[in-house]
Amino acid sequence: MRLDPHTTQRLVKALLWAFTGFTLLILIFIIVDISIKGLPQVTPGFLSQDSTDMGRAGGIFPTIVATAYITALAILLASPLGVGTAIYLTEYTREGWATRIIRFGAECLAGVPSIILGLFGFVLFVLKLGFGWSVLSGGLTLAIMVLPIIIRTSEEAIKAVPQDYRTACLSLGMSQWQTVTRIVLPSALPGITTGIMLSVGRSLGETAVLLFTAGAALRTPVSLFDSGRTMAVHFYILAREGISMPNAYGTAAVLVISILVINVVAYTLMQRLMRRYS
Amino acid sequence: MTQETSDKIRLEDLSFFFGDFQALDGVTLSIQPNEVFGLMGPSKSGKSTLLRILNRMCDLISGVRVTGGAWLDEEDILAPGYDVVQLRRRVGLVLSRPTPLPRSIYENLTLAPRLAGKKSRGELNDLAETSLRAAQLWDEVKDRLRDSALKLSGGQQQRLCLARTLAMEPEVILLDEPTSGLDPISTAKIEETLLELKNDYTIVLVSNNTKQIARATDRVAFLLMSHIIEIGKTNRVFTVPADQRTDDYISGRFG
Amino acid sequence: MMQREKFIERGLLLLALSSIGSLALITIFIFIEGFPLILSTGLKNFILSSHWAPTKGHFGILAMIISSVLVTLGAMVIGVPLGLSCAIVLAEFSPKRLKMVLKPTLELLAGIPSVVYGFLGVIWLVPLIRNYLGGPGLSLLAASIILGIMILPTVISISIDALTAVPDLYRDGSLALGATRWQTVSRVVLPAASSGIITAIILGMGRAIGETMAVIMVAGNALQIPTSVLDPVRTLTSNIALELGYAAGRHREALFATGIVLFVIIMILNLSATLITRRR
Repeated sequence: MRLDPHTTQRLVKALLWAFTGFTLLILIFIIVDISIKGLPQVTPGFLSQDSTDMGRAGGIFPTIVATAYITALAILLASPLGVGTAIYLTEYTREGWATRIIRFGAECLAGVPSIILGLFGFVLFVLKLGFGWSVLSGGLTLAIMVLPIIIRTSEEAIKAVPQDYRTACLSLGMSQWQTVTRIVLPSALPGITTGIMLSVGRSLGETAVLLFTAGAALRTPVSLFDSGRTMAVHFYILAREGISMPNAYGTAAVLVISILVINVVAYTLMQRLMRRYS
Repeated sequence: MTQETSDKIRLEDLSFFFGDFQALDGVTLSIQPNEVFGLMGPSKSGKSTLLRILNRMCDLISGVRVTGGAWLDEEDILAPGYDVVQLRRRVGLVLSRPTPLPRSIYENLTLAPRLAGKKSRGELNDLAETSLRAAQLWDEVKDRLRDSALKLSGGQQQRLCLARTLAMEPEVILLDEPTSGLDPISTAKIEETLLELKNDYTIVLVSNNTKQIARATDRVAFLLMSHIIEIGKTNRVFTVPADQRTDDYISGRFG
Repeated sequence: MMQREKFIERGLLLLALSSIGSLALITIFIFIEGFPLILSTGLKNFILSSHWAPTKGHFGILAMIISSVLVTLGAMVIGVPLGLSCAIVLAEFSPKRLKMVLKPTLELLAGIPSVVYGFLGVIWLVPLIRNYLGGPGLSLLAASIILGIMILPTVISISIDALTAVPDLYRDGSLALGATRWQTVSRVVLPAASSGIITAIILGMGRAIGETMAVIMVAGNALQIPTSVLDPVRTLTSNIALELGYAAGRHREALFATGIVLFVIIMILNLSATLITRRR
C-alpha cells in the first residue's frame, strides 16, 4: 500500500510529536510528583536540623553540609587541573601525539562508570592510603569524575577567544603566560564557570561513587577525615530501606531543586559574563 | 671608507617555507635607521610573511621553516633561544585590521608597558597621552580613556593600535597594510603620523597601494612571487624602474 | 623571562597529564585487585559459569553478564526511538522559539539524579508492572524502561548535534527537488547524520551498561538468567554495589574482577564510538 508522501509526512510527524510529547510528559511527571510530595517537607527546620532515628525523623542538615564539603573539595581539586590542562592543550602545544594522548585520556575518563570510580576510590583512598571512608576520599574520587567535564568545557571556552587578542598581545611583547592570564582566561571565564557549575550539578546527584568512598555516616562531618553522607546517598538509603517516605521525598525535592537552580544560575551567569566581556 | 651608520635591519639570503610552499626565496636587503622602507607587490608575493619574520611573529604558525640570516642591530634574531619577547618590544607590529583588546582605551595602551616594567601611574599616564597624540587620536578620546576600546570606530581603533605600539617605545615599527579598509580621513591621518614618526623610529611599511608607497616611503623593495625584483630610492624606482616587471606593476598592468 | 616561560610550560604539562594519569591509576588498581581472582578461577569459569556463590568459592558471572546485556538492549529499544524522535522534532520540525524552550527543558532530564529515577520507578512503575503484567514488578522490564528514560538526554543531545551538523545545503537541495520535509529528513539528513547518531546510540549504551543505582532499585536483584522480561535480574553493576559493602578476601577480589569485565566492555564501546566519528 503506497501512501502519498504528504500523508506519510503527516503520519510520521504525528508519531514524532507524540513521542516527544510523551518524553516531556515523563519529565513533567517527575518534577510534579517530587514537588507535590516533597516540597511540603522542605521546611527551614528540615534543612537545619540534624537527622535522628536513622533518618526517620529530624532534618537533613548533616547531609547538606556533607554535600557542600565534598563537592567543594572536588571542585577545588579538579578546577586547576582541568583548566590547566585546557590551557596547555590550546595555548602551549600544537595538535600532535601529545595532545591526542591527553585528550584520549580525558575522553576515556569521562566514560568510566561511577561504580568503577567507586571501586577505585575505595581501594586507593579508603584502603591503601588509609584515609578511610571520609570527605577526603569522596572529594578526591569525585574530582577525578568531574575532571573531564572541566577540561572539555574550559577548552571550548578558551578556543572561543578570538585569535586577534593573542596576536595583539604577543606582538606587543607580552609573554605567552601573560597573554593567557591577562586576556585569554578573563575572556574565557564565562565558559569555564559554566563548566564548573555543570560539574557541581553532576556531583550533587552522584551516589555510587560516594557511597563507597565517603561512607554513610549520619553525623555532620567536621574534619576532612570524617565520614559523611551526601543528600543523594541519604536519599538512596531512605528509599531503599523504606525508612521514611516523606523524608525521602523531601530530600529528593531539595536535591532536584538545587540541581535545577545551579543549572539555571550557570546559564544566566554565562549570558551575563558574555555580555560584559564582549 | 668606513661605514658611519650600520644597518638597522639586515636580511641575507632569507628563504621561508610553509610546509612545501616557499613564500620567500633568497631575500637580501638592508633597512637603514630612521627611514621609511616600503615593501610593495601583488597579493601573495610574500610581503606580510617578510614582515612577520622581523618580529618573529612567524613563530605562531606551525610547520614553518626559515633559512638564511636576519639581523637587528647586528643581532641574529633567528638564533635559537633568542629572546623573542624582548624583540617584539623593540619591533612593533600594526596589522591590516584593528585588533583592540577587550579593555578600556587606557588599558589597551598601558597593559603591555606595565608588564614590561613601567609601574608608576605618572609614567603610564604620560605614555598614554604621548602615544595618543602621536597617533593623532588624543583629541578624540582624551575625555573617555576609561571607555571600552571596542566602542571606537574602525579608523579610531586602528589609530589606537598604532598608539599602542608606540607606547612600547619600540625602535622599529612594522605596518602591514595599515590603512586597508579605512576611510580616507583615517588613512590620511595615519600617513601623516608615519611621516612625523620617521625622525624617531625606523619604519617598514607593507602596502598593496602603490600610491601610498610613493607618498609615504623613502626607499622601496618590490616583491614578486617570493623574490625581490628591485630595491631603491622610492623616487627613482617610481620614475625610472630598472626592471620591466616593476614598471608593469607600478603602471597597473597587473597587481 | 624565557626561563620562567619554560618552567610554566612544564608545570602545565604536569597538570595536563592528570587526566591520562588518573585513567592509568584506575586501570592499574582495578586490574591489580581483580586479576588474581580471574587467574585463579580461570577466565572461562569466571565468564561462562552462572554459579555465583562467593562465600563458597564459586565465582561465575554469566547470569549477570546476560542480565546487563538484556537490560541494556531493552533500554535501547525504549530510549533510541523516543530519543531520536525528540532529536528529529527539535532539529528539523520545530520553529526557533519552540526549540529554545524545549531544548533546555529536555536537558533538565539530564540533571535529575539516577537515584531519583530509581525511586520513582519503584513507586510508580513497579506496581504498574506487577498489577497489569504480573510477576514481582521488580524486573528486567522495569530496569529497561527506567534506563531507557535515563539515556534519553544523552541520545537526544548527541543526535541533535549530529543533525544540526548536516549543512542546510543538503536540505535545500532536496526540498528544491520537490521532496517533502519528511522525505528530506529520512532520505537525506538522517543518512548524512548517521555516524553521529550511531555514536549517540553507542554512548547511550555505555551509560546504560554502567548505570548502577537506579537498576538496583527496580531490577529485583535475583541471581538468575532471566527467561521472561518479568523476571527479576541482577546486573554486573548492581552486583558490585550490593556486595562491596560486606565483601572480604576473595569475594572482594571477585567484585573487582567483575569491575574489570565491565571496564573492558565499556572501553570497547567508547573506542568504537570514537573510531566511528573519526572515520566519518
